[in-house]
Amino acid sequence: MVNTSVSLCGVTLKNPVVPASGTFGFGYEFNDIYDINVLGAISIKGTTKEPRFGNPTPRIAECTSGLINSIGLQNPGIDAVIEREIPRLREVYKNPIISNISGFSIDEYVECCEKIDAVDDVDIIEVNISCPNVHNGGMSFGTLPENAEAVTRAVKKVTTKPVFIKLTPNVTDIVSIAKACEQGGADGISLINTSQGLRIDLNKRKPIIANKIGGFSGRAIFPIAMKMVWQVYEAVKLPIMGIGGVASAEDVIEMMMAGATAVQVGAENLVNPYACNDIINDLPRVMEKYKINDLKEIIGEAHK
Amino acid sequence: MKQSYLIVSTNEKLTDNVYKMTLTGDMSGIERPGQFVNILLDGLFLRRPISVCDVEGNTLTIIYKVVGKGTEKLSKMKGGEILDILTGLGNGYFTDLSGDKPLLIGGGVGVPPMYKLCKCLIDEGKTPTVILGFNTSKEIFYENEFKALGVNVLVSTVDGSYGIKGFVTDALREVGEYTYVYTCGPEPMLKAVYNAISTSGQFSFEERMGCGFGACMGCSCKTKYGNKRICKDGPVLVKEEIIW
Ligand SMILES: Cc1cc2nc3c(=O)[nH]c(=O)nc-3n(C[C@H](O)[C@H](O)[C@H](O)COP(=O)(O)OP(=O)(O)OC[C@H]3O[C@@H](n4cnc5c(N)ncnc54)[C@H](O)[C@@H]3O)c2cc1C
Ligand SMILES: Cc1cc2nc3c(=O)[nH]c(=O)nc-3n(C[C@H](O)[C@H](O)[C@H](O)COP(=O)(O)O)c2cc1C
Ligand code: FES
Repeated sequence: MVNTSVSLCGVTLKNPVVPASGTFGFGYEFNDIYDINVLGAISIKGTTKEPRFGNPTPRIAECTSGLINSIGLQNPGIDAVIEREIPRLREVYKNPIISNISGFSIDEYVECCEKIDAVDDVDIIEVNISCPNVHNGGMSFGTLPENAEAVTRAVKKVTTKPVFIKLTPNVTDIVSIAKACEQGGADGISLINTSQGLRIDLNKRKPIIANKIGGFSGRAIFPIAMKMVWQVYEAVKLPIMGIGGVASAEDVIEMMMAGATAVQVGAENLVNPYACNDIINDLPRVMEKYKINDLKEIIGEAHK
Repeated sequence: MKQSYLIVSTNEKLTDNVYKMTLTGDMSGIERPGQFVNILLDGLFLRRPISVCDVEGNTLTIIYKVVGKGTEKLSKMKGGEILDILTGLGNGYFTDLSGDKPLLIGGGVGVPPMYKLCKCLIDEGKTPTVILGFNTSKEIFYENEFKALGVNVLVSTVDGSYGIKGFVTDALREVGEYTYVYTCGPEPMLKAVYNAISTSGQFSFEERMGCGFGACMGCSCKTKYGNKRICKDGPVLVKEEIIW
């Protein structure tokens, strides 16, 4: 028997496969498709202080081996997520829950993180700093090391649970951002969020997405995510949740060898609703094929 | 929702760019007319949503218009080929509200879902009337199939080359009494129907989709009953909740 369990800041995952925020709703609806208790953990839909409808439609544009999305963080707001969504997930699911938090000012991040920290059912807080800062001309918190550090420091002050900071790849130097988060007291790093992209409808001669530019993800970004996981693993001591283009058990193992302790699967869930289940079922076979007995032993192995 | 591997049995041209495909396999995921299926095609990342035109036993019928890469690939498929399809998506049409004389209005590739709906209503002992709207006579399909069900069928063409000249709303003026309306078609048509009808009804909408089963929030719209996902809480909305 191979061992697939991993540990993230003291939280044990029976396997490293985690559906990524925004591609799995609040989880419970997938329980009609397969038993979601097979999952290592679930990262639920990004949550903000106030309810949000999100961006105008169309919000989706297909690309080669991926898609652009511009959902605009549609969610029912932190209070409804705590009162309604997390309890509904808990009714059918026993493994760790990762709550994904977004904000448009440091105060909003702090308020949401403080509230979610008080929820027993939440095991890890994942702070998405790809959002635009309304107090800074809409520039993303995740693009300047000092802003990334400031958000991290502020949310760490009001939380007791492990805090993972989720980074945007749309930066000149991902390493300096990751280091700033470590400096600010982060317990872990999640990376990457979507990479900006654009498609044009040839018939209409206009961008497909109503908001024009959106976030590109899916299988096509796997090598980009791999490179960033690799670089961040070398630069910081924190555990990493690797995200971007993961679509198979082989991808999971490859990303772990680059330095990820756990791996999130995003866009692939939209195409294949059974993606995480299929990957988990296939992991033992692929581990045996590559003579891996314990997944923990391969984390960052390619750096040695 | 169910994931199934369906076998293509027939794939024939109905008009210049509209095809009819029949597939066989496990149809147990399909619960209601007006639901759709989401089809995975080789080399394309996202699935393609297509309405259920008919389902009987283990046979599914879909009718699709070739508009881009996916529908083009679909049109090239041959009998015996296998497709990975998610079936039974969306809410579909509810027939319990229809009254005795429901009116069904389909425009262009909004016609197909009306077919299974029409059969269900007939099975329930109701007397549907059907309006089919097209741009021109060359684009007409399924008129005879509806007539074979024994219902009153009115066809309108925008250029007047067949049937009633004008839009489905022009045909509507020639319909006597009706108790409820079911419709599917391009959004401008849905809006014209909404403004023209004197009863309540159910309207089927389209949106670009990521998943098609409620996970990504790609297809959201605002309604008077709150935010809805076209793919899961729709594609059918009731008249009273629609915000244009
Ligand atoms: C619920 C629902 C039911 C539908 N039923 C039918 C039907 O019965 N018959 C039929 O001919 N068409 C139907 N459509 C439209 C059909 O989905 C599109 O024509 C098809 O996806 C186009 O794919 P493509 O690869 O040929 O075009 P491309 O333009 O190459 O597609 C690119 C991307 O845009 C999406 N897209 C393009 N047009 C549409 C559209 N109108 N609606 C949603 N997504 C679109 C595609 O799915 C794909 O992701 C339905 C759409 C929805 C949402
Ligand atoms: C439809 C969609 C919605 C997303 N919503 C969120 C979100 O709310 N919060 C977040 O941190 N990331 C969100 N993401 C980013 C994913 O969690 C993930 O980081 C990214 O898509 C890369 O992984 P992938 O290539 O496997 O999709 C979203 C992605 C998609 C495709
Ligand atoms: S398309 Fe994903 S929620 Fe509707």
